Amino acid sequence: MRGKSVLRRIDWLTVFFYGLLVFFGWINIYSTTFSDTSLPLFNTSTLYGKQLFFMGISLVSILIILFVDTNFFESFAGVFFIAGLLLLLGLFPFGKTLGGATSWYDLGFFNLQPSEFVKVAAALMLAKYLSDIQTDIKNRKHQLYAILIIFIPVLLVLPQPDPGSALVFFALFFVLFREGLPIYYLGLALLLIILFVFTLMFGTIWVAIGLGMLVSIFFFFKRPDLKIPTLPFVAFLAGCLIVSLSVNFVFNSVFEQRHRDRFGLWLNLEKDAVKLEQIKKTIGYNTYQAEKAIESGGFFGKGFLEGTRTKGDFVPEQHTDYIFSSVGEEWGFIGTALVIVIFTLFFLRLVQIAERQKREFSRMYGYGIISILLIHYFINIGMVIGILPTIGIPLPFFSYGGSGLLFFTAMLFIFLKFDASRLNEDI
Amino acid sequence: MKKLLLSSIIIIIGITFIGRLSYLQLFSFSPNQIVEDDPAIKTVYDYPERGYIYDRNGELLVGNQPAYDVMVIPRDTKQLDTIEFCSLLGIDKGRFISKMKKARHYSPRLPSVLVAQLSKEDYARLQEKMRKYTGFYIQKRSLRDYVTKSGANVLGYISEVNETDLRTNKYYTAGELKGRTGIEKQYEDILRGRKGVKYIQKDRFNRDIGKFKDGKLDTLPELGKEIHITLDKKLQEYGELLMNGKRGGIVAIEPSSGEILAMISGPTYDPALLVGRNRSKNYTKLHYDSIARPTWDRSILAQPSPGSPFKTLNALAALQEGVIQPETKFRCYNGFYVGKNKKGCHCGGGVRDLNSGIFNSCNAYFAGTFKKIYGKYETTDEGMDVWEKHMKSFGLGNYLGTDLPTGKPGRIPNKAYYDRAYGDGRWASSTIISNAIGQGEVNVTPIQLANMTAAIANRGFFYIPHIIKEIGGSNSIDIQYTQRKYTTIDKKHFTPVVDAMKNVYKYGTAKWLKIPGIEIAGKTGTVENFTRIDGERVQLTDHSIFVAFAPADNPKIALAVYIEHGYYGGRYAGHIASLLIEKYVKGEITRTDLEKKMLETTLDHEYAKPLSGEPFKINEYAW
Repeated sequence: MRGKSVLRRIDWLTVFFYGLLVFFGWINIYSTTFSDTSLPLFNTSTLYGKQLFFMGISLVSILIILFVDTNFFESFAGVFFIAGLLLLLGLFPFGKTLGGATSWYDLGFFNLQPSEFVKVAAALMLAKYLSDIQTDIKNRKHQLYAILIIFIPVLLVLPQPDPGSALVFFALFFVLFREGLPIYYLGLALLLIILFVFTLMFGTIWVAIGLGMLVSIFFFFKRPDLKIPTLPFVAFLAGCLIVSLSVNFVFNSVFEQRHRDRFGLWLNLEKDAVKLEQIKKTIGYNTYQAEKAIESGGFFGKGFLEGTRTKGDFVPEQHTDYIFSSVGEEWGFIGTALVIVIFTLFFLRLVQIAERQKREFSRMYGYGIISILLIHYFINIGMVIGILPTIGIPLPFFSYGGSGLLFFTAMLFIFLKFDASRLNEDI
Repeated sequence: MKKLLLSSIIIIIGITFIGRLSYLQLFSFSPNQIVEDDPAIKTVYDYPERGYIYDRNGELLVGNQPAYDVMVIPRDTKQLDTIEFCSLLGIDKGRFISKMKKARHYSPRLPSVLVAQLSKEDYARLQEKMRKYTGFYIQKRSLRDYVTKSGANVLGYISEVNETDLRTNKYYTAGELKGRTGIEKQYEDILRGRKGVKYIQKDRFNRDIGKFKDGKLDTLPELGKEIHITLDKKLQEYGELLMNGKRGGIVAIEPSSGEILAMISGPTYDPALLVGRNRSKNYTKLHYDSIARPTWDRSILAQPSPGSPFKTLNALAALQEGVIQPETKFRCYNGFYVGKNKKGCHCGGGVRDLNSGIFNSCNAYFAGTFKKIYGKYETTDEGMDVWEKHMKSFGLGNYLGTDLPTGKPGRIPNKAYYDRAYGDGRWASSTIISNAIGQGEVNVTPIQLANMTAAIANRGFFYIPHIIKEIGGSNSIDIQYTQRKYTTIDKKHFTPVVDAMKNVYKYGTAKWLKIPGIEIAGKTGTVENFTRIDGERVQLTDHSIFVAFAPADNPKIALAVYIEHGYYGGRYAGHIASLLIEKYVKGEITRTDLEKKMLETTLDHEYAKPLSGEPFKINEYAW
């Protein structure tokens, strides 16, 4: 290793954001799991004590990562990936079931969630494959291989069942878009989501009427110099109509009732006041309580350890997936807005770092982990504040959970290590 | 473009989140909003005493008594000597454990009732030792205390709110009481008052740390108002005594005001049965008695045919239409002919005019009168409309609009009804001739019958019968109960009819029931009725019906008595009507033999007949 020490070169701004998030997260874990009897902070029988312990382990792992040779991660990406897939496969016979999902290995002192590890491994693997000199993203066959790297973990994670983690892998598509996958794939995906939501909210008939109006407008303003060919355009709209028609089938026949309930809750499909009250007490309970807790915080919040809903254990899973509701209640709008701002700056900084990488592998890996962290953040907070359906995934650096914190930290610092070494590379 | 994609998404997400959070925390948030399920705010209700109910003379009917519930907050309980505690409470251990489980299931934080309505003795015993048991406390409640054993159905009862109430009315919370029937239901808002609310702030150790927002949002309880009702306690109680062993309904009205003096339904029950620890047991017993049906208020819900009292209305309608004069005569052949079929009459036969037609209750006379009403018009349909209009103007055939929560419309059949039954144009006045004598398709409730009598007593108008007299000392009641409702009959036509009704007592079907010193106008009714036994139509002993008002020229009371299977009108109904009038007008009973007979004779043997499974005789003369 030439040049200055890695500690001098590392991007301290990102480390600062990271530290803020982890610290503020722990404060809220402490608040949600703290009980009347006073115990020392470093007591692993309490959840906040355990989290503190994992923060220590994460620190150790940061040091290890920073002093490992940069090429190690690139060289062993394939090994990590295969190992990760084997670990996922191993869950089927040996996994431990918690909350209905067989997603953990019981290691005695803590539960390891291999899908967390696979997230890092898949990001590495995808970067390695795409940065290969022989890979051309414009080539359909290579596109297919890249997509397979994303889909294999999805297929292994889905049957656990852990749809939340499965969804996370799709974020890796952003790497492909960055590297030249045509952007209309994203447009197409968005279109599908919009059609799906609109059909559920307004019914196929209105979607058809809307499409019909588009066609009329098209023909009304049609001019010879317009480049849109008529037939494919109409065929495209017809395709949309077919999608809209099939939404009902998928929703009613493929989805299970609990999925339907979640979507119904999200899109306010249920209008009957009595049933709505029922939903608030059953499947909508978490969402409703979390929203109420956030709302009750107001602008200034109720203060640290003063969140009454937090104290009353009214929001389930408040130290894990619903940690953000505690921020809302105790720290108010000031706290929530600050967390959003920190996350936003953190992500923007990471994008900036990724773009300054000279090695394609580093950039692609950076995009991979940004996408993964971003989708966690987006889905988790979106769910807690009630703009997305309930999908149980943690808030990175914030939520309670040992393996989560460890692997989020690891994936971030691997990237920071790449960044710190970028000037030492010979291109 | 592709370099900016992710950055733009990050910023858009950030803006969306901040926007949603502003909506939640800045826009939706209101500092004074008490979120009902906020665990840090304890809501304590302060219940005002429920308003008392007095009768028209200021005599107390319904008051309140204290009762004591043992409450538990499961989360606050500690280890305790279960055996000792159970023996103090007077329950066994299994019940204690299941109750505790239920309470915990309902909510570990909120109080649940462990043992409801302790007696005063149990309460005294328990009170001293209560502090030993943390998490348990005694809550004083107010229960109804009845000063009368009468009027159960009209007074109504209160009971705990159910899920539907909680859903439809935000005022109530689980465990509260609410008027369920009768006056308690109708005047619930007035009697109940408004509960006061106190909000107590708690700290995170669940300790009370004072009033939430310094009590700014607390409210004081608003006392329930007392009400005076129009019932006469003495008359009501006396009427129920007379109904001993008889089924039926009696309604007495003051014609000059429309105030209901008595509403008696037989059989009845002691209202105190539905208060206290045995409430649900008693309720089940009463509610599931599907034969005697004590909770079914016959005075307002039974809809028998009115029988002969209805003849007076047909006479009035015929006079109004000018188709008969008081002197108009019909011959009675101990009955009358409809085509070739003869219908019977018990009046003795001979030539009848209006006067003797009424006091001897001649069926032939009224058949003739009824046909003349229809004969005036070209088509039966027109005649029917006119007849229907006259009958309905007496408050029949529709809900009366009383201030009681139940009621029945009765039935005055109209042309649409008969077109459905017989087909358009396939019926005539002769087809529906039974209506002339109050049989056939006409149905009335006892309260409608009493109201009709009051309209005759007033010579042409009535006030909608009502039960409320004063609310909280002010006698301004709903204006609809103080306005006269006029019938379609001119005042002058009432004189001959009332005279004939007086003669019912002088020479007619009630001549044995005169009261010395009081001139009464009345009309007997004997109503044929049928039931089905094993799918076969079987005639039962006639219903006994009587309507009367007294004194005839300055009426203070108008009443209708309906006794199921009491045989002819002058029998049970006539006797009871006569006794009630004497009691109300004179204040005492001079004919003690008559009174004794009514108090002691029951109709149980009559009610047992159709259930016996054996053939039986109807309309037996023996008492």
